[in-house]
Formats: sequence, C-alpha cells, structure tokens
Amino acid sequence: MPVFNQSRKNVIRLIFIAMFIIIIARLFILQVISSKYKVLADDQGIFRKVIYPDRGIVYDRKGKAILQNMIIYDLMVVPSKIRATDTTLLCNILGIDTTEFRKRIVTAIIKNKSYRPSVFEPLLSDEKMAKITENLYKFAPGYFLQERPVRDYPYDAGGNILGYLSEVDTNFLKKHPGEGYVSGDYAGKTGLEITYEKVLMGQRGIQYHKRDNKNRLTDRLENGKYDTLAIAGQNMYASLDIELQELGELLMENKVGAVVAIDPRTGGILAMVSSPTYKPRLLTGSERKKHYAQLLLDPRIPFLNRTVGALYSPGSTFKTLQGLVGLQEGVITPTTTFLCTGAFYGCGKPMRCLDPGVWALKGAITHSCNTYFANVMQRVINNPKYPSVDSSLNVWARYMRAFGLGHKLGVDVPSEKGGRIPTAATYNKIYPGSSWNFCTFRSVSIGQGEVETTPLQVANEMAYLANKGWYKIPHMVDSIEGGDQFGLLSTFQEKHTAVNIPDSVFEAVHDGMQGVMETGTGRYAKVPGIIVCGKTGTVENAYRGVKQKDHAFFAAFAPRDNPRIAIAVICENAGFGSTSAAPIASLMIEKYLTDSIGGKERKDKVVAISKMNLIPPRLVKAMRTQDSLMHSRDSAYLMSKGYIRIIKDTIGLAEDEDDAEALDKLKKDRSKKELPPKDSTVVKTEAILRAEKKRAAIKDSLIN
Amino acid sequence: MYQNKLVITKGIDWVMIWLYAIIVLLGLVCIFSVEFKPTDNFAGTILAFKKNYSKQVLYLGICIVFAIFILLTDSKLFTATPNILYIIGIVLMLLTFFIGKNVNGSRSWIPLGFMNLQPVETCKIFTALALAKYLSLPDTDLSHKRVQLIAAAICFTPVVFSILQNETGLALVYFAFLIPMYREGLPPGYLIFGASLGMLLIITLLFPPLTLTIALTVLALFCIYFLRRKIRRNRGLLMVILGLWTLSVLFVGVAVPFLFRHVFQKYQSDRIFSMVGRDNPFVEKTAILDVDQPPPKKLKGDTENYNVKQSKIAIGSGGLFGKGFLKGTQTQGDFVPEQHTDFIFTSLGESFGFMGSTILMLLYIGMLLRIIFIAERQRSTFSRVYAYSVAGVLFFHIAINIGMTIGLAPVIGITLPLMSYGGSSLLTFTILIFILIKLDADRQMVLR
Repeated sequence: MPVFNQSRKNVIRLIFIAMFIIIIARLFILQVISSKYKVLADDQGIFRKVIYPDRGIVYDRKGKAILQNMIIYDLMVVPSKIRATDTTLLCNILGIDTTEFRKRIVTAIIKNKSYRPSVFEPLLSDEKMAKITENLYKFAPGYFLQERPVRDYPYDAGGNILGYLSEVDTNFLKKHPGEGYVSGDYAGKTGLEITYEKVLMGQRGIQYHKRDNKNRLTDRLENGKYDTLAIAGQNMYASLDIELQELGELLMENKVGAVVAIDPRTGGILAMVSSPTYKPRLLTGSERKKHYAQLLLDPRIPFLNRTVGALYSPGSTFKTLQGLVGLQEGVITPTTTFLCTGAFYGCGKPMRCLDPGVWALKGAITHSCNTYFANVMQRVINNPKYPSVDSSLNVWARYMRAFGLGHKLGVDVPSEKGGRIPTAATYNKIYPGSSWNFCTFRSVSIGQGEVETTPLQVANEMAYLANKGWYKIPHMVDSIEGGDQFGLLSTFQEKHTAVNIPDSVFEAVHDGMQGVMETGTGRYAKVPGIIVCGKTGTVENAYRGVKQKDHAFFAAFAPRDNPRIAIAVICENAGFGSTSAAPIASLMIEKYLTDSIGGKERKDKVVAISKMNLIPPRLVKAMRTQDSLMHSRDSAYLMSKGYIRIIKDTIGLAEDEDDAEALDKLKKDRSKKELPPKDSTVVKTEAILRAEKKRAAIKDSLIN
Repeated sequence: MYQNKLVITKGIDWVMIWLYAIIVLLGLVCIFSVEFKPTDNFAGTILAFKKNYSKQVLYLGICIVFAIFILLTDSKLFTATPNILYIIGIVLMLLTFFIGKNVNGSRSWIPLGFMNLQPVETCKIFTALALAKYLSLPDTDLSHKRVQLIAAAICFTPVVFSILQNETGLALVYFAFLIPMYREGLPPGYLIFGASLGMLLIITLLFPPLTLTIALTVLALFCIYFLRRKIRRNRGLLMVILGLWTLSVLFVGVAVPFLFRHVFQKYQSDRIFSMVGRDNPFVEKTAILDVDQPPPKKLKGDTENYNVKQSKIAIGSGGLFGKGFLKGTQTQGDFVPEQHTDFIFTSLGESFGFMGSTILMLLYIGMLLRIIFIAERQRSTFSRVYAYSVAGVLFFHIAINIGMTIGLAPVIGITLPLMSYGGSSLLTFTILIFILIKLDADRQMVLR
C-alpha cells in the first residue's frame, strides 16, 4: 500500500479549495460589487413602455368641445406572417401597386426586422379604414390595426388659437429636461396647445414589459408591480364662443386682417379671427405634411396670428384715448371747442381734415376730426405744467401704457407682440440733440406714425372704455377642470386700473362713440335694437415705399349700458373702414348679443361680406407666382426622380413619407432662395412698415 | 434473499446520496425555469415529455434505475471487468465515425432512439475503472517511466479519438486523470511542468511572440548571471538553462501558432482569445486563403464572445439574493444561448443570486471533499484511484463550466455535472458516483 503519498491528498484538497475560492470571489465581484451587469440586463431584458394619457379637451363658453381627441388607425404589418394573405386585395384597397407593396415590406423589414410589427400605412382615411375592417379577417395575422390618438377639431375653426401638435425636436428636448419627453413624442406647437401644454398633456404612465432576445415584448414585469398609471390631461373651459368664431372666420374670408372680440367684464376672448387662417383639421390626419408645406408657402402667411402678432397703427380709433388723456390732464373739458377749417395749421404745413366746423369732444369723435385731436395733443405736450417736451411726452406715454398699449398684455395665445407707444427716448434716438417738438410727431395724435398696436390691444382698449376705466388681461381660458395647478390663470383675475378717470369723462367719450354709429362714419355698423359705441379708422400704409390702399379699422363695444362685447376689426388694404370692417363688427355684435343673425337682409349681408374679395392685389400676384413656380419646380423635381414617379403622381398615388419630406425640404430651400430675407420680413411685418409709414405719415396726406 | 435486501443500503455513504439528490433536483429546477413560460400548462407539459425539463425527469428515472442496478450488483464486477469495458468504450468511440450523429458540428453522438449517447462522455467511466485497475496491479510504480507511459496511454487514447471527432472540449476533461495519478505517486515535476507550460501558453496568448522571445532571453541571461558561480562549478546547469530557453522560445514561436492554426478549429481559437480579451491574431493569416469573404470588421473591445457576455449579464444581474424563481428577465427572454445545457449555471445565478450560487458551490466543494474523504478511507488501491478519478473529473467539469460562464475559462462546451440538461451527461455522472458509492459500501471486503 503506497501510504507514503498520503500527504498529497492535502495538495489536492488545496487545489479544490483554491478553485472554489477563486470562483466565489469572481461571483462576488460579478453579482454583488459590479452594477454594470444589472444595468445591461435591464436595458436588454426590460422594456419601459410609456403610456400616453388622453390630452385634455377644450370646451367653449357654452360647453361645446372645440378641441378633443380622436382615434385614427395605422395599418400595421408583421412581414414574417403575411405569406398566406391576399396581397392583391390589399393593394386594391390601399390603391398601391405590387412594386410599392414590395418596397414597403422591404422597408419594414429593414427598419424593424420581419418578426416585429411595422407601420404599413399610417393614419388610414375613413374610406380605406372601412374597407380594411370589412376584410381584416382575410389579412390576419400578418396585418392588424393599431390605434393612434390624434387631435380633433369638431368645428374645424380657430386654427390659429387652438394650435396643433407636432413631434418634439432636439431643441425642445434640451429646453425641457426631466419633464418626461422623449424624441418621437408630440407636444403643442402653437396656440393653446403650447400655452397650456403642461395642463393638457396629463401625466404619463409607465408599464414595464419583459423583452426577449429578439426584442419582442413578452409579458408584464412582475405583473405590473412597478407600473405607474397614466393620468389624463385636464380639460379646459375657454371663453371662446365657437359659433361667433365660425362667423368671424366666414366674414373674414377673402380678406387679410383680424377680428378680436372680448367680454369686457371678464377679459375673456369671445372670438379671435386672423385672416387668412387655416382649417385646423388640415394639420391632423394622413395629408398633414402636404398641407403644412402648402400653408407655409402661402404668401399671405396663414400661420401668422395677426390678432396678436401683427402691428398696425390704430388710426382714428386712437382718438378716443387722446380725448381721455386731454380731459384727464385738464387741457380740455368736454365743452372745449376747436375750429377746423379743413386742415390743422398748428405746425405750419397743414394736416388735412375732412370735416370743417367747430367741434366739441363729442362731435370731434363722431366726425373723427383730425384738427381737434392734433390741438388736444399739442396742448398735452406743450402743457406748461411740465418742464420740458420730454417729460410731457413721457406723461402722455404713461397714460397710453396704462390703457394697455405699448407693451404685451400677457394673453394666453402665444407669439404676442408688444406694439409701440413713442416716448421721449424714441425721438431722441431718431432726432439726436432734442431737435424735435410736437410738430415732429403730430401724426401720432391721430393714431398714425410711431404708434403701433395689435388688434388685441385695440379690442382691449375698447374693453377699457366700456368698463369706464379698467380692464382685465384678455385671455382665452377661463377655468381648468380640477384646478389651476400651475398658476397659469392667476393673472387674469386682476383688474387693471392704473389711472383714475372719473365716469363723466368716459361718458363724454361714449357719447362721441355713440354718435359715430348714429350720424358719423359708423352708420354702416348699426345693429338693430342695440346701442353700439364705435369708432372707425382708416390707416394709411405703404409697402416697400409704395403707398398702398388704406387699412380699414373699426373698434366698438356694445351695448352702451352694461357692455358685454368689445370688438376690433381690421381689414388690410380694404379702403374705408365703414364699408368692410364696420359691417363685420356689426354682424359679430349682433350674433353675440342676440345669439343669431336676424332677418333675411342681415343674412344676405353675411354672404355678401364673406364673398367680398379684399385681398390686396400685391398678394394675389405673389400667390400666382408662387403657384406657377411650385408647379414648374415640382415638374423638374419629378423629372429628376424619373419616369415612374411621374406616373405614380399623375394617377394620384400617395407619396410615401420620405419623398414628402424631400419635397418639403426642396420647397423650404426654394422659399428661402426665392424670397430674399429682406423681402420675407417685409411680408411678415406688412402691417408694421416702420420707415415707410413714417414717411407717408409725415407727408400729411392723412384723411379721416 | 433476506441478505440481498440488506446489501442495498448497507454501508452506503448517505452524505453522497444526499448531495447527489440535492444537486440533481436543483438542476431540474433550473432547467424548468429556463424553459417554463407562465403561459404553459404545467401538468400538460410535464406528462408529454416534450419539454426539456420533462425529458430530464425521464432521464433521471433511467438514472435511478441504473443507480439501483449498480447498488445491487456485486462490487467485484467492477474490479473484474475494466479491461473489457474500456475496450467496449474505445469501440463505441470508433463506431461514431461510422454511425455518428452530427450535433453542433461534432460527430460524437450515437442515436439510441430515446436519447443520444455520447461515447466520449461515458468513456470517462471506463477510463477511470481501467486506470484504477492498472494502478492497483501489485507491481505498478508511477515513478517508473514505463508505468507512466502505460497510464498515460490509458487516459489519453480517448482524447485522440475525441479530438478527431471535433470534441476538443470533452477531450480536455481527460487531463483530470492526472489528479489520481499524482495521488498515486506521479512525480510532481509533471504537474509543475504542466502548470508552467499552461502559464507560458496564457502568456503567449497575451503578448506578441517577439516581445516574449526578448523577455525569455533576458530572463535566461539574468539566470546565467546570478548563477555564474554555480555554473562555473557545474557546466550541466548552463546546459539546462539554455535547453529550457530553447524549449520556451520554440513553444512560443512555433508550437503555439501551430496549435492554433492547425489543431484548433477557428471558433475554438476565437473563444480562447476572446477570453483573454484579444483579437485572434491567427485569424487574418487563414482568412487570406478565403478570398471571397473578407474578414468581418470587428470593433476593438467587442471581442468578448456573445455567449459569455450574455452569461455574465444574466449572472451579474442576479445581485445578492437573485430576482426570484421564474422572475429572471434574462432567462425568460432567452438571452443566453444553450442555457439549459452548458450555461445552466446562469439560470441559477440570475434567479437566486450570489447566495444561491454560493450554496451550489458549497454543495459541489462538499461533494469533492467528501469524495477525497471516501477515497482516503479505502483499503484497496483500486477504490482509491477510482475515487480520485471521479473527484478529478467532477472538479474539471465544475471548474471549467462555471469558469466559462463567468468569463474565467474559454467556452469549450462541457456540462455542469448533475445540473445540465442532457441524458448522456447525467447518466455518466450518476454511474460514476454510484459505482464509487458501491465500492465504498463494500470497502470492508478485500478487493484487488
């Protein structure tokens, strides 16, 4: 017996135990110390599925849904399961040929592998949807329908106000870290959708799913123990009257301009029409990209919300405020009179006036006497109470700011502009060395020159007059279901009364405005049975140095006692305010106050005004050029894409996404090239026109 | 008859039986957790024998029959028949060249209908018995060259066949027989030589040959410098140093490249290199021959084998206490290839974490130490050699298998004893262990 080797058993034991210790140590490092593998495992083994809650619904002031959710279906395909299905039938329903079919399947396989579902046709139209549901059993299991919630606009109105959703870009993601957005999400892009994004989006839920080695989802992780529920977005109640909005959009058809109606008691916006606008439904559904490109290229810029984003000189509507300042500063009384002999001669060169006569405040407003208000402002500026023109102009500007002009009001519709009220600083910059006096800016006294306002500010100005001295910030949303958690509505409750002006002063102005409707320039805007206080305006303007037809302005509130609506209407290049803007305002007031348009004559008027084409010839020409340009470019583009594409497009086959994108890009590039940057800004600020307007105003060829 | 009944349980080492039973049941649980989906009908699948876990239950039944049969036989059978059994084993291995079934690229399987038999696997038993028989002959002394050669021939004949069948992994297991040989008096020089050769091999894999040659030369010069006095007295020492240097350089420059280019399959050398974290340097040279297929571009650091990576993720994500039975996301998602066979340990590591893995390791080390304990209490050399053979084979399997799942050893496709799915493997280890238990039960009898 070789007992002599017995000690070797310990060596062997040692080897075994050493192996054991090495393995245990390695396991300890892998499983307990290192966290890398846990992360890797979760990355590949667990799928975090974000559950999107329904977005909040927006109701109008009468509780009608104006922005809600709708389900559209995508046709999905699992390429590995389509062997036995009737491809021809499917192609017929979708209107595609087999080449296109093959292309889509190949794309699906490249993008998502053959055993995972891919989108075959996104956002099915109602017609295709009906045909597919009918035959769906023939396509199963290779094809199925997948819900996709989209925004729906039941009234198809108010596109500029309500806004639309779009996919978030990297910029957005950078600006909103930690708010749960990931690329591919949709977020509000304009309108209420963006202002109230936080309220509407709700709270996302997360479901944890297990995932297998082929990246397919299997079942829920631990039966949903770690899942969080999605909380739907809050519903909102808007002050908007959707029928009034629809009427406004109808009346403003074929015109460029804006209408804003406000409830003066609450500051709630009743209607906000920017024309030309777009039907919000164009930006949902399958044709969205195409429509978007078209709208973007329209030279009338339908995406611009003119009610808050375009600046106009207020024209004669400004005179009401001039009167207020004069009375409050004590330079005039309601009975002070000025003689008008056909022009204002206070500054040497005469400033024309259409209504010669002797006017007190009421008559001056009624007849919109330029001479009267030039005299009033001259007295305000040259008031011996103040040491210099600088200080008196600044006092004047402070009044105007208190009336809500010259600064952003803070409305909840995005892209608001502040407008401009000139101060001493403004003129010191233009005329260095204080070489200016009242005569330099006398056109400001009648709402021309350096004064710039948005239509919203003009409507708010009417609300201020209607309330006799206060306004609330105009806003679209009155209340949020379940409470205003983000404090978005708090500023809308406050009354703004910066200047204390006695009621008697307002009565004088109201008298004048009532006169406008009865005997003055606003005769066309009479509303049967309602006392309206209004003011017309005709604003001179020029485009690239060329004088254009005047902008028509009309601002009013009604009824005179307990006013319930304040309104401002502007029609660009429409000539006299009394023929276009005033009747529009009158119909809007009637609709809102009596809930209908009474009588055949008034109804015919709606149709007539709607058909009245006041689009400036300049824009008509630009649109034509754009169209033919687009046509020729498209043909060239299609030619370059080859014969097949042309055929497909001629027989009306749907473009696939990539091509549509390419086309979009082409169009964008073109619009950049064709319109030199200077030109495009001019188009946008068509209503602003700083330099040109000033020149025109100084020419003193002012009327009204 | 009455006596026979006693014979089954008499002298049986219950610790071994329990360890065996626990590990096998743990294996069943793991195979079950790999394959069972919550949507499956448990009772239906277990009876249909269509799923791996139900098949494994069937194999376990067969194994129990074999175990009882072994315990019922006279232990003299095992001392009397090793030669014949060994020859049968070799014949079976030869047979695979003619009727072998191709599984995963190696023709080493004989289809038996209800299961596939892998002779290399079963041949371990016969080799162990044959080695025990040879070493227990009265006049064998492992310090003699002739005895060493015969013992080596017994152990390594199956290796040759195995390599010819493309089963290099299983062939390596036969090196486990060095352990009983060492115990029986094989000069430790062999083990030291083998170990240094292994070290040199690993270093060769890690560094380019030129660097190594320079390093070896510097080392040799250092040795000569420090031993210059001894060398002056004894010229032979210089010759030894120079001889070793020549051998090492030849090994680094010629033997290893030859091994990787001509002996190992491409995938095998890939795996070995992936373990040390390097690109296979011999791959480009062979790829040049393949003009049509340019070598696929690999990212640096992406050399880690997919299996090993997934295996490490599954085990590493288990944490201290594991994710719980049937809650492993990696196991449920089928991320680890071959998880029910070679990578069964990943299922345990993920579901039961570090605690579970440690318990399994304790069971294995307990079994190994118990076998050494049993070996040392044997009166007969035959039983002792056999016991050490079993311990060696088990040790090799466990170390390499678990090592490969946690990135410590190359992926060479050997099973985890008693845990992995597969009738061949389970049956082999059952027979190995139960013969040992039977021999141990009869240790009072004088066996030769």
